[in-house]
Amino acid sequence: MASVTIDGLRKSYGATEVLHGVDVDIAEGEFVVLVGPSGCGKSTLLRMLAGLEHISGGEVRIGDRVVNHLPPKDRDIAMVFQNYALYPHLTVAENMGFSLKLSGVRKAQIAEKVRPAAEILGLAHLLDRYPRQLSGGQRQRVAMGRAIVRDPQVFLFDEPLSNLDAKLRVSMRAEIKNLHQRLKTTTVYVTHDQIEAMTMADKIVVMHDGIVEQIGAPLDLYDRPANLFVAGFIGSPAMNFLNGVFGPDGVTLADGTVLPVTDAGAAKAGQQVVYGLRPESMALGGDVPLTVEVTEPTGAETYVVGQLGGAEVTGVFRTRVTAKPGEQIGIRIDPAGIHLFDAASGARLSH
Amino acid sequence: MAKTAPTDDHSEGMDHFDSRARRILTLWLPLACFVFVLLFPFYWMAITAIKPNYQLTDYENYSPFWVVEPTLRHIRYLLFETTYPAWMWNTIVVSVVSTALALVASVFAAYAIERLRFRGARMTGLLIFLAYLVPPSILFIPLAVIVFQVGIFDSKLALILTYPTFLIPFCTWLLMGYFRSIPYELEESALVDGATRWQILTKIVLPLSVPGLISAGIFAFTLSWNEFIYALTFISSSENKTVPVGVLTELVRGDIYEWGALMSGALLGSLPVVILYSFFVDYYVSSMTGAVKE
Repeated sequence: MASVTIDGLRKSYGATEVLHGVDVDIAEGEFVVLVGPSGCGKSTLLRMLAGLEHISGGEVRIGDRVVNHLPPKDRDIAMVFQNYALYPHLTVAENMGFSLKLSGVRKAQIAEKVRPAAEILGLAHLLDRYPRQLSGGQRQRVAMGRAIVRDPQVFLFDEPLSNLDAKLRVSMRAEIKNLHQRLKTTTVYVTHDQIEAMTMADKIVVMHDGIVEQIGAPLDLYDRPANLFVAGFIGSPAMNFLNGVFGPDGVTLADGTVLPVTDAGAAKAGQQVVYGLRPESMALGGDVPLTVEVTEPTGAETYVVGQLGGAEVTGVFRTRVTAKPGEQIGIRIDPAGIHLFDAASGARLSH
Repeated sequence: MAKTAPTDDHSEGMDHFDSRARRILTLWLPLACFVFVLLFPFYWMAITAIKPNYQLTDYENYSPFWVVEPTLRHIRYLLFETTYPAWMWNTIVVSVVSTALALVASVFAAYAIERLRFRGARMTGLLIFLAYLVPPSILFIPLAVIVFQVGIFDSKLALILTYPTFLIPFCTWLLMGYFRSIPYELEESALVDGATRWQILTKIVLPLSVPGLISAGIFAFTLSWNEFIYALTFISSSENKTVPVGVLTELVRGDIYEWGALMSGALLGSLPVVILYSFFVDYYVSSMTGAVKE
């Protein structure tokens, strides 16, 4: 186990820079998730940690070793790939023991290490099978088993669940988290799915266009997004954004609706702001008018898409909404779900 | 839902397209023509090889399409009174060694071009392909000069070293396509697992490319087995000839064609290739139709 320090990391392909100086500190035993939309550079960052991509600038340290110029095999890492990358011509046991075999460990010893890893993952009865005889979830477990057997300093996961169906993804999510709690190995996990990030991470790194937008614990990111990008990316359904002008009574929207603000923070009177509103923070029975367009009952909750102050918003209500399309309902807003951002810079204004 | 009454009608949706007459007309008849055209020369070769000489040209008393009193005289003559066994041996040695040489060189070339991504890799691939486009009927003259200068004229080495000039480009291209179908992640995974380039090649890429290697090998073997121009040009003494050249130059004396022996020679000469194909046909087909599957 080791800490990982990423310091001013840059990556360019020819003249195009795709990572513009990324700093992340990962503590020993931490589970860090790199999340962002596709093309944000998260996978490139992970591959640079693994040594599969050349580092154009900055420094990567694993423990206290600078690994910039070390080949992957000398970095003491294990990586799980999106499409599992199991060797099709080797059995499960051989796949899991491959790295040990390469480093010249004796057969008996390899078997000794493979067996407990297989047992942890529930693969003990599949050791003689070939990858093509396994289901998606089992293959994913073998890929993790291959990483576990090596007992590396750092685990790297590159979107490991995106090839699985939705149900399996949820259970594998829990399994990976469970595994981490058991092994306590430092883990860097890349995903584009913010739910995966929220549920699994000790710490989330939100990336966008080659820079880090915010680093923090999952709920910190949800409660206090640093800017519009993070606010819109974390949370599902996404936060509603309403443009308006800040004043002493609150935020005045284009059509004159005034929305309440309890935590104005750095906002100044007359400033153009974006009023961020979590869908979950709306409740029936208030004086903010919402014109219903679509209601989507899911059973436990009701999603309502409607017009508020000339913009489309989505609300999630714990109660059942019976309003018909076109009707106006009054809602109240939980102050905790309100976030003010500067319209020009997108930076957070609320405390 | 109401139960549907069981029927003994086994028809499935489009069965009426598959009536017997239609099938015979659209499937079996064309197939039969095709098979006939393909196999008739072999049949002719086979019956001529065992036909007594007096039946060969006498179409009035004997049907040309079968044999009345089969004989092994031609084959005995071929094996014991000509240098045919030596030609066979030469052909085997030359084909096996040049195929092996070509495969080794092609594996390295194809892997380097496909995966090492050095500057000019694409260009190299293209040049190798261009080399393949130059026909042997043009190349044999300059090659003959080289073979003479090097001093390997009229030896097996002359063929072993010249056959790869057309085998390597071919095998390289075939293997490049095959290597390309191996997912990149497998190699990266191996890299992270601690493998060196050499280990990736020998422990991951080559085991996965067995079907590709086999079909490249079969192709190379067949090409060298049947090769004619180089063998005709670079070999002069009878005992160093290969089967295709030997049969043609030694069994046709002036205007006398020893048909029986010629056909026996051709028949025996084509057997090894047939056997080779039949052994590896599964691999061969899979390498033509499918890529590496996880």
